[in-house]
Amino acid sequence: MEFLSNLVNGISLGSVYAVIALGYTMVYGIARMLNFAHGDIIMVGGYICFIVMTSLGLPSIVGILAAVVVCTILGITIERVAYKPLRSAPSLAVLITAIGVSYLLQNLALLIWGSDPKSFTSVVSMEPLRLFDGSLVITGETIVTIVVSAIIMAALTLFVNRTKVGHAMLAVSEDKGAAQLMGINVNATISLTFAIGSALAAVAGVLLCSAQPSLLPTTGAMPGIKAFVAAVFGGIGSIPGAMIGGVLLGIIEILSKYYISSQISDAIVFAVLIVVLLVRPAGILGKQIREKV
Amino acid sequence: MGTMLSVRDLHVSYGAIKAIKGISFDVNEGEIVTLIGANGAGKTTTLHAISRLLHAESGEIEFCGHSLTHMEAYKIIKLGLTQVPEGRRVFANLTVQQNLEMGAYTRTDGPDAIAADYEMVFERLPRLKERRRQTAGTLSGGEQQMLAIGRALMCRPKMLLLDEPSMGLSPLLVQEIFHIIQDINKDGVTVLLVEQNAKKALEIANRAYVLETGTIAMSGNAQELANDPKVRAAYLGG
Repeated sequence: MEFLSNLVNGISLGSVYAVIALGYTMVYGIARMLNFAHGDIIMVGGYICFIVMTSLGLPSIVGILAAVVVCTILGITIERVAYKPLRSAPSLAVLITAIGVSYLLQNLALLIWGSDPKSFTSVVSMEPLRLFDGSLVITGETIVTIVVSAIIMAALTLFVNRTKVGHAMLAVSEDKGAAQLMGINVNATISLTFAIGSALAAVAGVLLCSAQPSLLPTTGAMPGIKAFVAAVFGGIGSIPGAMIGGVLLGIIEILSKYYISSQISDAIVFAVLIVVLLVRPAGILGKQIREKV
Repeated sequence: MGTMLSVRDLHVSYGAIKAIKGISFDVNEGEIVTLIGANGAGKTTTLHAISRLLHAESGEIEFCGHSLTHMEAYKIIKLGLTQVPEGRRVFANLTVQQNLEMGAYTRTDGPDAIAADYEMVFERLPRLKERRRQTAGTLSGGEQQMLAIGRALMCRPKMLLLDEPSMGLSPLLVQEIFHIIQDINKDGVTVLLVEQNAKKALEIANRAYVLETGTIAMSGNAQELANDPKVRAAYLGG
């Protein structure tokens, strides 16, 4: 029963990682860059939801919507201001810029909201689910997180695979020049990708803060890195890869926390990444690219 | 027969290297015009400059009265000008049908008109029909070339820019592709054809320009050029 409970918690945490990893992997697939500021969008989403709910006293749904809107605009703005001018710059310059944006967001949050942790009120008001005569208790947050993440992943998969705009995103990720010849606006597609990724990060932020209610300017950093690991684990650039990688990573983290040691569970997560990359350098679902000689 | 595409004094550079050094040429409505030349003469660069995938250093490019010189690349297809790029560049992870859908990306005349054009493309290129649900990456080189042409036709172009459609294909397939190009032209699509296979290109073209290291060395009626001793010696194997 302990194992089952840990497994459910692992799937729940993992599905948040998956939602965050989708943002990483889509941006990588389309813009060929690692947006290390992605994790901090989660934190901004958490704070916006917190302010609307706690300071303004509005219902949680307003808080969630506000977080999504603010993060979407923030994501598009960051891309326009910081990344777009570097479209033809070497990838190292873009990477350093992304790390810079990450620190900028953390320090802005520190300036605006201060360094003491805010206690986030959960947006979930569902009663815990008691199974097997109460020997397995699943919290409302866990259930809502799994359900919301599953809906997001299904909707995104349908959008990318079944709509014309989704196909255009795949086309841009494969060949920007050919996509332009077809009349696809590459800059608009990149903006759309950042918008979707940031909106997902906002939702992930609210879910994460509901499960672990302490909110700090650095709240997004660790989940951001974990989600990045999940994206690489699943095969960066691959949407189903990010989902599988995220869920697996969450399960590994929770199980190793419980059965091995809570202190080294993060180390185990990263060790798994190293092993996967040694065996399959492109990740679980990544394309094995042969270097052309 | 008005001028459809006109290029005036075009210069294109890659950094310090001048690839195109002031070329001018015209393509008239209904024609097949070919741009021939050796590897590195600047043929693909010229097409990329017209499609705005590359920025021209100076010069004027005009299509049907619209200046393309400062236009964004993705807007050009709406004018009725599209390119079948060198190396096909089909979207390998999309299916044949989805590739064709991308060709019709900018069309606003409704799903029925687009569906009718899928059938038009499949009629013209029957091999694609059998493979419509396959991803483009699984097609043979010849099929990919047909898909690249079909994809371009889906925007109902007035003019096609074809970059080395014969590259890497067997002689039989080259024959087939050139027949397809002639058929498309007969149906009213103007063609600018870039080819290393000068012999084949001169056979189907009305007029031709010979590019040599970024300048136009010769131009004129395709048949006359095919019989010109200099062209024969340099491009047709004597």
